[in-house]
Order: sequence, then C-alpha cells, then structure tokens
Amino acid sequence: MYLPDFDYYTPESLTEATGLLVRLGPSAMVLAGGTDILVKMKNGLLAPSALVSLKNLHELRRIRWEDDRGLVIGALATHNEISNSAAAQERFLSLSEAAHKLANNQVRNRGTIGGNLVNAIPSADLPPILIALGAYVTLAGPDGGRTVQVENFFTGVSSCAIEPGREILTEVVIPPQETTGSTYIKFGLRRSGALAVVGVAAAVTMDGDTVRDARICLGAVYKTPTRAVQAEQVIIGKRWTGELLEQAGRTAVGCCLPISDIRGSAEYRRDLVRVLTRRALKRAITEGHV
Amino acid sequence: MQAIADKQGIKRYLINLTVNGDEYSPVVKGNTLLVNLLRDELDLTGTKKGCELGDCGSCTVLMDDKPVDSCLVLALEADGCEIVTIEGVAQNGELDRLQRSFIDNAAIQCGYCTPGMILSAKALLARNPHPTEPEVREAIAGNLCRCTGYVNIVKAVLEAAEVKE
Repeated sequence: MYLPDFDYYTPESLTEATGLLVRLGPSAMVLAGGTDILVKMKNGLLAPSALVSLKNLHELRRIRWEDDRGLVIGALATHNEISNSAAAQERFLSLSEAAHKLANNQVRNRGTIGGNLVNAIPSADLPPILIALGAYVTLAGPDGGRTVQVENFFTGVSSCAIEPGREILTEVVIPPQETTGSTYIKFGLRRSGALAVVGVAAAVTMDGDTVRDARICLGAVYKTPTRAVQAEQVIIGKRWTGELLEQAGRTAVGCCLPISDIRGSAEYRRDLVRVLTRRALKRAITEGHV
Repeated sequence: MQAIADKQGIKRYLINLTVNGDEYSPVVKGNTLLVNLLRDELDLTGTKKGCELGDCGSCTVLMDDKPVDSCLVLALEADGCEIVTIEGVAQNGELDRLQRSFIDNAAIQCGYCTPGMILSAKALLARNPHPTEPEVREAIAGNLCRCTGYVNIVKAVLEAAEVKE
C-alpha cells in the first residue's frame, strides 16, 4: 500500500508552523505520529496536498506538572510517554492507564495525544477520561491561542473544533482538582490492538461515603464522546450503595445512542454502558486513586 | 527541509539516518515509507510487510531503541534517527541470544512474524531484563503470528531473558 504524493514541511517553530498552514490552505494537514493519518491516506480517505510535520517542535513533547495550571501534556507526547510519565502516574494514574490500553506497543510509541484528539473517532480511548477529569486543550493559530474544553472539542465523527488550515493543537491540560478517584474502563474484543466497543470513564469526589461530585463520560456509543449528566445527577449528594450505582448505570443507557457494527450491536453496547458505568463508579469510589 | 525537484516537478529530500550502525544519506520522496526505504533502497528485506496498516507488526523495527511499525513511518520522519532491523541483531556473525532461543524453542514456524517478534522482544529485554510471562505477552501483543505459535515464542523470550550474558 502506497501513499499518494504530497509536499512535506518541517517547521522549526510554532509560529512558522501556523504560518505554513495558512499559506498552504485547508488542503494541507498536520502530521504528528502518523498512526491515524497515514492509514487514512493509504485507504484513500484523505489526500492532503501537503503534510506539515511537527517533529522538530520538541517543546510540544513535554509532560509536566505546574502548580497553578495542573498537568500540562504537550500535544506530541506519545501514548507510551504518557503511560510511563512519572508526573502523569503520580497525578492522574487513570490517564496513564487509559494511554496504556490503547492500540499496541508499536502504535503507542508513535501515536500522540494530540493526534488521538484531532482524529476525533468516537471510540478513542483518551477523550472519556480527559472529559471526566475536566481537561481542556490549547489551540494555536496565526492570531494567537484559544482554549477549548475537551468536552466541547468534538463536533461529530472525525470532526472537531480545530479550524482546518489555521490551528494546531499544542497542549492538553488537566487542572488541579479535588477529585478523589477516577478510572477508565475499556471493553474491547481483544486486550491489545482493538478499538473500544464501549469505554466508560468516571471521576468522583467523595466526602466519606457521600458522593460530593461526579463526572461520567461514555466513549464509542455516540457520534462524539459524551457526558452522562443524568447518571451523574443520580448519585451526586447521596451516600453510595450498589443499588444506587446500578441505577446510575441504567440512567447512563439513556444518555447514549450507539450504532451496531462489526464490534457489537447497539443493544449489546447499551447493556455494556449500564454494567461498565456501575463498575467504573465503584472503582473510582472504592479504589481511591485519581 | 530542502526539496530537490526533478523535471517533472517531483520533489525529493536528502535525509541522514543510521541503519544497523551504518550511516546512510538517501534521497527520498515525501511519500516513501520507512519500510520501503529499508526493503527497496537498502536491500534489507528481513523487515516484512503484512497488513501495512499498523495492526500486524511484521514490519517492526527499532527507531531510537523503540519498536515502531515501519509501514506507518515516513522515511522523512526517520531523518536523524537510529534504526535497527533484524539484519542488525546478530553481531559479528554471532546470533543474538534471542535468535538462538527462538531456534532452540522451535519458536519459528513460517517465519514471517519472526523479525518483528525478535525486535519487540529485544526492546523489552533492553528495558526489562527479567520480564514476567504477562509482560512478554504484552510486549509482543502488537506482533501477530498467523501460525499461532505464541506458546513457543513466549517460552523463547523468557528463556533468552534467563541466559546470563
């Protein structure tokens, strides 16, 4: 399988990169790890006139904790770098675990968090936990930057808030928070190299046995990753019990609109949402790591 | 990166990379994949092409010590990198202990997945010299064996890990 022809650029700075995008127009695309875009180009789904490679923008690889902003992850950090990062493991273990559940080792060595978000497929593994943890992204354009909550970033299957031909996603930020427990549960047909049939992330803030706050995000059961707000309302302010979490799971089923495909039927996915929401909440409440 | 255009206007780029310790400066097109540079230009056909979509791992090479699918890396992206293919695993005519162990444990059936398996295993042993069986299974999870000879492959990697250097 061969790739179509394209021009190739390696800007040395973010300013140069956004300038190039504007000059080349919307038919040019950004290349990060390449594990999604090159597959789409081989399959004839994309034929960019030019690829703007970010490989020389080394500052976008960093993962660091900043006391005021939180965990700042450069868009070019690979899934393995996130999964092995001491800062990520210490602050948001559930994120490093989600990064580790994605694809396989070879793809995790190349694929990036920025690419995982911009590719915007409904079954992506990082968005649910990022949304549950209230993360936002920074987009750089020729006129400066703007931030968008990950929750509002996705606009449809394979489409997101980035303005094509103008903007580059530069970092993902998870703010400091009072969350006491979080987790991401992926249900795939194999343990490795499989897309999520359903993915459920949960983040809770507990006050003893009482749920002070909760965020639940469902993956692969709607055109975008989606919050299960009604399910959160079921448990917020209440003492948790197994029955309450089951009720939250049943409510979450009403928050999704899954499709049937080769990985599972819509009916099966709905039932998975119920079970996995219950399990994710229980894990976030009882295991107590964020 | 400076492009050189020919009479038809096709652009080519000069890159520098190290493959199995040797330095190369090939001139490649933008759409040349690393796997095709290795196989077609450098004649290193030990790296296999399977699915060409990043699922099977036949084309696994080490890029700056990390296993990657060379079918999903542009040759241009490997500019300045160190690549190790299966041809670079044996040193001075001596098989690597992993290669020896694959032979001793009959961990090779048709052999198509073997180069990738060995490179994934080599990267594992470099960062974790004494892996557990689940760690071995996870490290080679991106390498599919259509002969399904996984039991002996896992045994071979575990045995190579025990051999003292």
